[in-house]
Amino acid sequence: MSTRFAMAIDLRRCVGCQTCTAACKSANATPPGVQWRRVLDIEDGRFPDVSRTFLPVACMHCANPPCMHVCPTTATKQREDGLVTIDYDLCIGCSNCIMACPYDARSIEHTPHYAYGEPMQSETARFDPDRLSVATKCTFCKDRLDLAAVTGQTPGVDPEVTPACVNSCISGAMHFGDVNDPDSNISMLLGGTQHFRMHEELGTDPSVYYIWDGAKNGADA
Amino acid sequence: MNKSRNIGDRTLPRQQRNWDGRAAANFICGGAGGGLLLATALASGRGADLRPLLVVALALVGIGLLAVWLEIGRPWRALNVYLNAATSWMTREAMIAPLLFASGAVAILFNWPAAFWVAGLLGLVYVYCQACMLHANKGIPAWRHASCIGVVVTTDMVEGAGLLCVAALVWPGLVFFGILLAALLAVRWLAWRKYLASLRNAGVPTATSQVLNALDVRFVWLGHAAPAALGLVGGLAGLPLLAMLAGILAAAAGGWFKYTLVCRAAFTQGFALPRTPSRGQSKAGLGVQPGWNRVRPI
Repeated sequence: MSTRFAMAIDLRRCVGCQTCTAACKSANATPPGVQWRRVLDIEDGRFPDVSRTFLPVACMHCANPPCMHVCPTTATKQREDGLVTIDYDLCIGCSNCIMACPYDARSIEHTPHYAYGEPMQSETARFDPDRLSVATKCTFCKDRLDLAAVTGQTPGVDPEVTPACVNSCISGAMHFGDVNDPDSNISMLLGGTQHFRMHEELGTDPSVYYIWDGAKNGADA
Repeated sequence: MNKSRNIGDRTLPRQQRNWDGRAAANFICGGAGGGLLLATALASGRGADLRPLLVVALALVGIGLLAVWLEIGRPWRALNVYLNAATSWMTREAMIAPLLFASGAVAILFNWPAAFWVAGLLGLVYVYCQACMLHANKGIPAWRHASCIGVVVTTDMVEGAGLLCVAALVWPGLVFFGILLAALLAVRWLAWRKYLASLRNAGVPTATSQVLNALDVRFVWLGHAAPAALGLVGGLAGLPLLAMLAGILAAAAGGWFKYTLVCRAAFTQGFALPRTPSRGQSKAGLGVQPGWNRVRPI
């Protein structure tokens, strides 16, 4: 069975520190207002019966990605390993993919934005005009995953070839790996826990799993 | 960072801002133009020279395409739109457009009845592509139901018939089409009820419900009942002025509906937790879906 990269996020462990958000921003140099990864803070209930859940979200790299189906230019593609990618040279910025994505994972910026109005040296150095007026989103740090093919390292195990958000997570809530490999770290974790995928009823077959409890028999991962 | 750029608050469904009035103009003008092409083909056998109506219809489609061209981020790459006929309804819409203009131009230049019908049928296909383009967007609950296709296509047909009735002032023989307009309005009313019922059954963000519920009464009376009555009386009594009023009301209401659908009722899916996680001593809890009035359990 071919590789399918996936992410598992243990909601029991996430503390909402937004370190993954910052790591993504640092790794991908997204402008102010654009966050390929973010952590939502969901409060529910009425005092004293209340709950608060931190929910990290980004592109779910769906196996059946609606963004790819609607894209009129074939800029949005799907790789053999399950990653959903955007070819910035083909994209016309029609925003159809943004409407198709049920995860609010995509952004389009039509003008450059800088943190303090005028660009800082670091912003100038990392500014990419190819990303203006086209759709952008989380790439699962595909350059790192591609490096794994060269170095022989294992994504999700070796930090050099693991997405920046996963590396940065201070609470060990985020995990990454090949979900089609029964011996991978992520497969074993998912096998011992109860989890869901966001909006599964829409048939998108997302590649991000959210762990909400231990195994039904009481054994915890 | 102002509120509109604060993306940390995207837990709730939010009104989409990426398709604005320019995108809506494509659905409003393109839909009305496609509907008018078909309506003109239907009326073309009645002896009058209706070629000016084809010019109006093609101009409407052209205005819609121009508006959407002005909206896309990289307009000079617009021809890339033709690269995904396999799955993209936007590509298919773009492929129909030149055929529609070519057949319309042949009908205008040579006044061939067959060309009228080819243009009319392509107009129907064009509006179907537009409706499917909305339906394919799973991220917008107000659009993704199959019943959305029906209500959009019938609205486009109503607008076409409505514009034909407006033309009854110039070509009195068209006043008969007030009856057709009334019949189409009855069909659209059924499609509208079915659309609302399907949204209620499947669930939509509460903000979407509020927008569509606010539209409902005015849309039914001003967009259906009033133009249907005017069109019926105008058509049966042979009164072009009434038919024209019916047409104006029907076309304006259709445009307002599509603007509402594209720009105002289009809230995103938001996020949901089928179960809240267990933490420490606390057990896992029931699901949460902020901004919705139901939670789909695991």
